Amino acid sequence: MSDSNPLAGTPRRTRDQVADLHFMDARFKLLDLAAFLDRLEKASGPEDHRVRGLRAALPLLLQSGDDRVAQILHLWSDPSVAPIEKADTKAASGVWPGLK
Amino acid sequence: MRYIEPHGHMVSRTTDDYQAMALAGCAAICEPAFWAGFDRKTADGFYDYFCQLTQHEPKRAAKYGLPHYCWLCINPKESEDMKLADDVLALIPEFLKAKTVLGIGEIGLNKNTRNEMRILEKHVELAVKHDQLILVHTPHLEDKRKGTRLIMDVLKAAGKVKPERVIIDHVEEHTIGEVLDQGFWAGITLYPESKATPVRAVDMLENFASQRVWLNSACDWGHSDPLAVPKAMQEMRRRGHSAAAIDSLVYGNPVRFLSQSPNFQDPQALR
Repeated sequence: MSDSNPLAGTPRRTRDQVADLHFMDARFKLLDLAAFLDRLEKASGPEDHRVRGLRAALPLLLQSGDDRVAQILHLWSDPSVAPIEKADTKAASGVWPGLK
Repeated sequence: MRYIEPHGHMVSRTTDDYQAMALAGCAAICEPAFWAGFDRKTADGFYDYFCQLTQHEPKRAAKYGLPHYCWLCINPKESEDMKLADDVLALIPEFLKAKTVLGIGEIGLNKNTRNEMRILEKHVELAVKHDQLILVHTPHLEDKRKGTRLIMDVLKAAGKVKPERVIIDHVEEHTIGEVLDQGFWAGITLYPESKATPVRAVDMLENFASQRVWLNSACDWGHSDPLAVPKAMQEMRRRGHSAAAIDSLVYGNPVRFLSQSPNFQDPQALR
């Protein structure tokens, strides 16, 4: 059997077709994000490291290219390479806390 | 259309979910051992869990005409207690004799600690010793990229692991390329929030040429969807992909990987 994935290759769709399929989904998600930022604006206290990470990712959305998701996931990733001695939690937060 | 759910934690689901999956075209379910949402205190607890996976759950699935397979391990979230982990590892060989066990999994890392690494190495040794397939869990969110790389280092250092007999699950856009480049299979997990959505999964499938990939729901006790794979299939149809291409991904690929275990039978051959 070939090692070729049958979905791979240059998309056969026009930008209009992509927008017809996915624009409304993207629209409501963008409005939800805007609402989240508005909610934060009205809240008190210092900025959470997760929100700092989210703000740091926003400029990547406006860059050209077709790998925005990967770029954002890399930005939020722990850049260290060695195992840690012990964890103080089982959970992950979504953004590496050391991100400036 | 038919599909295989290669990663579902059915002990956490109701029988209604089995029925819904069967109605949606599911032809077989594979269930890796995982974390119950709390830390079990004794190896006896795992003994009972392995009995549930190898004896009880196949009977529950059979009521809906679904073959049920499983994978065995202690999850990395419970690997910090090395004594407990060693005791559980000692139980596994007895259960490997069950006819529905596919291999060792889902093993891997959670917070990328030294103890998790040591227990991962022991699981890999066990898999090699008993000639078992391996299913790998990669860490969540910000820990995923580092953990995926550490896991691949462990697998390569073991020396006798054949990458084509290992599936590294929960890949996302920033890890799928490295996993496929090193010869492993890649699993894309479809979660409502914390992993890949069906839409992003189909994007990845369109962007990466390798056929060594499967889709799964990893449905469990948390926010998850046992019908996530059929929803991804629907997304493929919306984009104009052919029925044959979809079948090849959601049925043919799991069969191709899982058939490396002598215990797995192509559901089509059972009908």
